[in-house]
Amino acid sequence: MVERVYIFKGFERFWHWSQAALIMFMMLTGFEIHGSYALFGFEKAVGYHSIAAWTLIGLWIFAIFWHLTTGEWRHYIPTMEKVLVVAQYYSSGIFRHEPHPFKPSQLNKHNPLQRLTYLGVLLFVSPLIWISGWLYLFYANWTSWGLANLKLEWVATGHTIGAFLMLAFFVSHLYLVTTGHTVTAHIKAMITGWEEVESSDAENAQAGTEKSLSNQPWSPS
Amino acid sequence: MGLVSLRRSAGCVLAGLLYLFAASGVVADTKPLKLNTTADHSKFKELQREFQSAPEVTKACLSCHTEAAGQVHRTKHWKWEFLHPASGQKLGKKEVLNNFCISIASNYSACTSCHVGYGWKDASFDFTSEENVDCLACHDTTGIYKKPPGLAGHPQLKDVENPPGSGKITKGIDIAKVAQKVGKSSRDNCGSCHFYGGGGDGVKHGDLDSSLAAPDKDLDVHMDATGLDFTCAACHKGSSHDVAGSRYTPTAMDKGGAHMRGKEDKSNPATCVSCHDTAPHKQDARLNTHTGKIACQTCHIPEFARGGVPTKMSWDWSKAGERDAEGKQIVRKDAKGHIIYESRKGAFELGENVKPEYFWFNGDVNYTLATDKVDKTDSVTRINWLGGSPDDGKSMIWPVKVFRGSQPYDPVNKTLVKPHTAGNDDTGYWKNLVWDKAIEVGMKDAGLPFSGKVDFVKTEMFWPITHMVAPKEKALACTECHSKSGRLAGITGVYIPGRDANSLVDTFGWGIALFSLVGSVGHGLMRIASRRKHEEKENG
Repeated sequence: MVERVYIFKGFERFWHWSQAALIMFMMLTGFEIHGSYALFGFEKAVGYHSIAAWTLIGLWIFAIFWHLTTGEWRHYIPTMEKVLVVAQYYSSGIFRHEPHPFKPSQLNKHNPLQRLTYLGVLLFVSPLIWISGWLYLFYANWTSWGLANLKLEWVATGHTIGAFLMLAFFVSHLYLVTTGHTVTAHIKAMITGWEEVESSDAENAQAGTEKSLSNQPWSPS
Repeated sequence: MGLVSLRRSAGCVLAGLLYLFAASGVVADTKPLKLNTTADHSKFKELQREFQSAPEVTKACLSCHTEAAGQVHRTKHWKWEFLHPASGQKLGKKEVLNNFCISIASNYSACTSCHVGYGWKDASFDFTSEENVDCLACHDTTGIYKKPPGLAGHPQLKDVENPPGSGKITKGIDIAKVAQKVGKSSRDNCGSCHFYGGGGDGVKHGDLDSSLAAPDKDLDVHMDATGLDFTCAACHKGSSHDVAGSRYTPTAMDKGGAHMRGKEDKSNPATCVSCHDTAPHKQDARLNTHTGKIACQTCHIPEFARGGVPTKMSWDWSKAGERDAEGKQIVRKDAKGHIIYESRKGAFELGENVKPEYFWFNGDVNYTLATDKVDKTDSVTRINWLGGSPDDGKSMIWPVKVFRGSQPYDPVNKTLVKPHTAGNDDTGYWKNLVWDKAIEVGMKDAGLPFSGKVDFVKTEMFWPITHMVAPKEKALACTECHSKSGRLAGITGVYIPGRDANSLVDTFGWGIALFSLVGSVGHGLMRIASRRKHEEKENG
């Protein structure tokens, strides 16, 4: 039995894909600047990387505004509930074709592992990249900002660590996209907004959805 | 108030009348505009005469320019002496030695052809003499004024058979004509000595040679003869005959910013920053982030000796002294006709379009003098060396011509020596090819001890590069430095993106990325395998 749930709204999908494109492009140009390979040439790579950075900053201003005003930020509140169950699913249940223990819904779109991962990215990887990248952009102003003792080496190393973590996230993320009800179920959801959810019977699915609803502190009850 | 306005209106009326006259052609002979001077020296009675000697010309100059000689007397150009304010070392051409022609002691008559004076033939030269100041070396505009080596700075005024008995006559110069056509110093004036430092065109500096007499834009964007056409003095702005800029106390980092008219500014006017300021890149502001650590010259002078004149890169005096089968001195040339061996000087290596070497430089220049101890067991003796470090807050990364050589020293007294080289006598090395005699005479002249023993040490000199500034399109591309084995590969203490990376972070980073990939692929394969099993079970 397959059920369709509308999970990702228009802006969210736009945000996701434009951010995805920018981050991929920034990894491509960033690792060239790092000296890992030659593609655009150092000068162009730096230029593109900076333009992409400013574009991403602009995108994030809209995204933060959207998350705050719509209450969507709550999807990133961590929960330990069902974490083990979900982890168990990915480590064994998935191989036995058991149904996913978590049923996403508009009000609870991320499974607990996703919540933890995205929150980790938001709280650790992003700030590391953003702050170090911002300092990188404004290297010329360090002295006037009172940061004369800051070393480019520290900033660059921090930025590189962030980039590697983002790369690792990106690889895992690309793979986990294929672990839906079908290989393309998740990616279709991020394109159309509609997620196909497999369930053993309709009632269960319904119950799961409702359960998720009632789980949420802000849900109407 | 009333008076002022009255004057003003009178001025206006006068100006109006003049304009009317001019417009109607009533003012008949307006003089042709005399370029950049108010005086035509050919009209001066003092100069319309014959001169028996060059100092006579100077006397004529001083009859009007009464203070000029006194001004020149205070300068390095005259004294060839410089007391370093920080190290206390007594420097200047009179004191230092180098690894080119080594030293002027006992060689005055040859070397002082580049002195702004007349008659400095030995250590007894009178530095208070006003008439012996050479005005023409720097103010000749005819190009005919020459001071041949051997005449102690005098020009040759009479026709001379040279060499004697050869029948070849070298014509004397018409010094009255030179005197009547004096003017402001041009590139040719400065170049007549500074292009030929080290004994020939382009030999010493690498960024100063005769190609800068009339360079194109590619060779020097400022001196471009059909463009900005800067004279040397445009940057080396002199005052009271003292020319700005110094090899002994150069400005490595100029934090002063651009000079402003009317504002007193004692900082060096010859730096790039003194005009361009510290954030000169308007189109690509990112480049301004480089100006705190990298001298402008590093990117904007991609190579030196770019004008078609090679510069000497090394000079091995220890190879000097060969004679051919007939006992005569030898000269060997390379395919292009440039001398690479001379019996009297040794072996040379030349370079054109040379990429500089790069060093942190804070403006300190120290010298090994003939009184300093030298140890041959040191791999190389640095005749001068540049102070600087990434952390002193005063250093920038500078392009440098490193001139390498091998030259005579005294293995007993452990000092560098000052040989007598030039001179048509019994001891001059260039004529006789005998070291101990030449060194004995040279050291005696310098008042220094000599043991009589001669050996050779390897030496280096460091010449910061600052001329031959390329147009911005020809400045260094990013990857010249932002790459693993770029030009700044040897520079420590600075993180250069593209060159540097923390290897631990890289190993760890690629490691976790690979771990994610392997994990994902493994997980995926297991899913595929389990699905097959599942399907078989369903079907079976």
